Amino acid sequence: MKEQAVIEQSFAHSIDWKLDGDFVLNEALRANALTYLSENAFPTTRTEAWKYTRVTKIKNNSLHIASAAPIAELAPIDAAAISLVFVNGHFDATRSASDFPAGMKVIPLSQMDEAERNVLGEIDAQKTDLFSAINTAYATDGVYIHVSARVQIAPTIAITHITTGDHVLVNLRHIIHLEKFAELNMIQHNTTDSGENAFSNIINQVYVGENARLTIDKLQNESELAFHHATEFINQQKDSVFTINTITLNGGWVRNNLNCFVNGVNCETNLNGAYVLTGNQHVDNHTVVDHMVAHCNSNELYKGVIDGKATAVFNGKVFVRKDAQKINAFQSNGNVLMSLDASVNSKPELEIYADDVKCSHGSTTGQLDEEAVFYLRARGLSEASARQLMVGAFINDVFEKIENEHVVAWIHDEISKRFNWSFE
Amino acid sequence: MISIKNLHASIDGKEILKGLNLEVKAGEVHAIMGPNGAGKSTLASVLAGREEYEITAGEVIFDGVDLLEMSTEDRAREGLFLAFQYPIEIPGVSNINFLRTAMNEIRAYKKEDPISAKEFMALVKEKSALVELDAKLASRSVNEGFSGGEKKRNEIFQMAMLEPKLAILDETDSGLDIDALRIVANGVNKLKTPNNASIVITHYQRLLDYIVPDFVHVLYNGRIVKSGPKELALELEEKGYDWIKAEFAE
Amino acid sequence: MGYTEDDLAKDLENSEYKFGFTTDIESDKAPLGLNESIIRFISAKKEEPEWLLEYRLNCFKIWSEMTEPNWAHVHYEKPDFQAISYYSAPKQSKKYESWDDVDPEMKATMAKLGISMEEQQRLTGVAVDFVMDSVSVATSFKSKLKELGIIFCSFSEAVQEHPELVRKYMGSVVPATDNFYAALNSAVFTDGSFCYIPKGVRCPMELSTYFRINEANTGQFERTLVVADEGAYVSYLEGCTAPQRDENQLHAAVVELIALDNAEIKYSTVQNWYPGDKDGVGGIYNFVTKRGICETNAKISWTQVETGSAVTWKYPSCILKGDHSIGEFYSVAVTNNFQQADTGTKMIHLGKNTKSTIISKGISAGKSQNSYRGLVQIHKNAANARNFSQCDSLLMTDECGAHTFPYIECKNPSAKIEHEATTSKIGEDQIFYCLQRGISEEKAISLIVNGYCKEVLNQLPMEFAVEAQKLLSISLEGSVG
Repeated sequence: MKEQAVIEQSFAHSIDWKLDGDFVLNEALRANALTYLSENAFPTTRTEAWKYTRVTKIKNNSLHIASAAPIAELAPIDAAAISLVFVNGHFDATRSASDFPAGMKVIPLSQMDEAERNVLGEIDAQKTDLFSAINTAYATDGVYIHVSARVQIAPTIAITHITTGDHVLVNLRHIIHLEKFAELNMIQHNTTDSGENAFSNIINQVYVGENARLTIDKLQNESELAFHHATEFINQQKDSVFTINTITLNGGWVRNNLNCFVNGVNCETNLNGAYVLTGNQHVDNHTVVDHMVAHCNSNELYKGVIDGKATAVFNGKVFVRKDAQKINAFQSNGNVLMSLDASVNSKPELEIYADDVKCSHGSTTGQLDEEAVFYLRARGLSEASARQLMVGAFINDVFEKIENEHVVAWIHDEISKRFNWSFE
Repeated sequence: MISIKNLHASIDGKEILKGLNLEVKAGEVHAIMGPNGAGKSTLASVLAGREEYEITAGEVIFDGVDLLEMSTEDRAREGLFLAFQYPIEIPGVSNINFLRTAMNEIRAYKKEDPISAKEFMALVKEKSALVELDAKLASRSVNEGFSGGEKKRNEIFQMAMLEPKLAILDETDSGLDIDALRIVANGVNKLKTPNNASIVITHYQRLLDYIVPDFVHVLYNGRIVKSGPKELALELEEKGYDWIKAEFAE
Repeated sequence: MGYTEDDLAKDLENSEYKFGFTTDIESDKAPLGLNESIIRFISAKKEEPEWLLEYRLNCFKIWSEMTEPNWAHVHYEKPDFQAISYYSAPKQSKKYESWDDVDPEMKATMAKLGISMEEQQRLTGVAVDFVMDSVSVATSFKSKLKELGIIFCSFSEAVQEHPELVRKYMGSVVPATDNFYAALNSAVFTDGSFCYIPKGVRCPMELSTYFRINEANTGQFERTLVVADEGAYVSYLEGCTAPQRDENQLHAAVVELIALDNAEIKYSTVQNWYPGDKDGVGGIYNFVTKRGICETNAKISWTQVETGSAVTWKYPSCILKGDHSIGEFYSVAVTNNFQQADTGTKMIHLGKNTKSTIISKGISAGKSQNSYRGLVQIHKNAANARNFSQCDSLLMTDECGAHTFPYIECKNPSAKIEHEATTSKIGEDQIFYCLQRGISEEKAISLIVNGYCKEVLNQLPMEFAVEAQKLLSISLEGSVG
């Protein structure tokens, strides 16, 4: 009852929260988060980080925490992958694998005993913001993945998040821990089974140990009426490589907050993203790469195609802290607007406090090269297929960064289905 | 001209030159050859005064003065010229402005009057013809957007303009096609007088067909292990460095 | 051992502010503080018409309800607006008829600044409107300009002589509501420059104003209004130097440019306000609002070389309202010691086929912080709008910072926007290459820095470019000069 009151106070009486779930994070953390929520309101466009993205629709959405419900069968993206399925924020044991390769632990948070969970509780999100606080207070599940030192996991681990039903609130917290020299490839796939106005708020807390390698293909393909907020906190130790490919194909309102803290020397951080939007979609990618120490490389490539009345936002921030010398940081954002009503806001930022660095960013916004379109038409292609071909080539630069060919095939397939484009 | 005795130099605590001796007299051309990692470029860098290198022992007397005591720019002003293996680009600074600044600073050092604009331009015309360097390149930014061959020719052009006593050509032939190689070598040969000298550092014998050395030295493991007439270069070309390595392995 | 970056850093610290001296001229000063009666005092002193007093009072009301902005990447002690005198004028009661009448001490000051007026008049044909503190004291070349119908005078004079023009255009580009400092300026501005070029007239000479803060505790609230009527052309130069002070001084100017159909305005600034000493004590706070509006086919070009001020907050902007209009921004910003700069531009594309170019070169030395903040906004109707932005930062020490915050907002699919930014250190290899050719370290740095800034310096009129290069040398090379 106490929690209900807090929620009503901070969410302006407009959300009907039904708090009939078991929350998985430890009590001390949750109490802090609830206090935070009671003291802070939703951000407005006056807050710099939310300048181009309104949260009103989430604020006014009467959300509730739902239990798992039956869903239609879903074909796997990568048939060889080890699958973990969450429905409405709850681990679905019947759809998930139970055998895992040696050297790794995979435990749903809801199945952990309390002592173990309390240990995990100490791994708190590095920075508190409103959506992280909501997650901390109301996370109903998540998975803890631990890969032991020097263990390379061959099969991909695929986590699928499915929502079903109207106004469902999903908070999931995944904790991924790679010990030194460990290697792991993951897929995280977000999709809607049925229903409207679901809001998923998902946090990945990631620790990439010394010389470890982690790749995450984050695939967002929910319904046009769904809301999605994703946050990653990445802690990289020396000599490690972290790669994340954020592909947003569908979803009404999507915000990605990607935070990479590069704490060790000689790290490589690769952030790639693609968004293909139409209708009234609003997709906002915020990325932060924080170079705390010297001799690291980061590469960032985000590209988007925006049609209909859709809006894309890109904000890429690169920090190079004092004494973090010999950093090479590259960032690039490209956008193609396909219609008169589409818009894009791009803000690539560099904040540099060290002197011996090489950093650059580029941002381009434009339309397709009309000369090239004309050339293709002169060779007999219809205007529509000429444009599709061009746009496909533009965005494919990002897909080429993805190593898992099943994922690439799935993306091509989904885009072809939705937009009728073809990829060579 | 230059006398190097028992030179030891190291970088980041690792010793590269381990007691190198070399004597070059006015009017001579010396070639220094050797396998990768022998210390050839280190020698060039140490003589020019790159600060990353620590001189741990030895002495270098250049035309009667202690070279190692001088700053990089004073060595240049005394007449030591290094043709860089990888010439540096300086965006926005024209070749002409760059050279004129260099020339006048050298003149000021020698207590001479600055060169007049007219004299300078006449000199640019004369010397750029020597290396068949397009006059347009003279007004472009230093090395910016130059092809590999143009950069190397530009080094020789600068050498021609500054008229050094001792020129050190560091791998000037690397990356050049045969025409460019001929042009560069021609330029160097034309600049040769009884009063100056060159040290040609190279990997390949090829360059020495055009610039005929008086002496060939083999640098291996931080020391000159073998010296001989120009035929030594041919022998090295034929037999490679393995026999040197075998003979002088530690 | 050669000249290292540490040596450079040391030299920079010791580089004293060359123009740090005060001229001892008695001035007529308003009491400290700001309220309605001070505004009435200023207005009465300047014998202003009623409408202008009303305008000021209204702006004061707007300002009173605003709060100081804090989004910029700068940190400083907020000025106490009640501890500033809002009016100060040299005591001479009447205007000078000729240059010979000007106070010799003031002439000496100008000589130290390197702007001998006779010389300028004779050699360069620059008409100089010299502003000492807040009141214009000398204007030249007036008669020649008059023949062409060009009006170039102090703002106060324009209020008296050309009230209809002032009333029509003042506040039309920068309304008082625009921001905190613009509102403050609109309420308390004391003087500045006014320039009007009639239809089809090409102004035959560079128009120039030198600003200078010369009175302790005097806030400077200059107001500049440049109007180029249809098909007119003008090149306007603004240069600033200020004497050394221990307490911070506030400068909040407003510059409005209006380029009507087919007109072109080129506005160049060399800014060298006192930046504070090597410990970060003193220096000018420079919070300026500069903005121009382009009608059809018009062009506005901002060029600036900034080496001064303790804190700078400045975004010369272009509103590209008319179709086919063009906006340009070329900037070199140098910060040293504890200086902080948050500068950039805004290009607002409203009309079709509008074009903008942004070239920004930042150089950070000492412990300074140098930020570029720019907005490129393409509105829905701005079909075929084009923007190219290039923002480069050069770092001289490991204690300074260089930051880039470009905002790109696009609502038209036919627009094409390109933004590039790089941050790099002054190349050790480049310096070594110069040294090996016999060039000294200081000269090498000067060569490299001037080369780096070339694209911007090339935009300046010749005599200004020389002055700008001199300033870069003073700011970055310590004792060289």
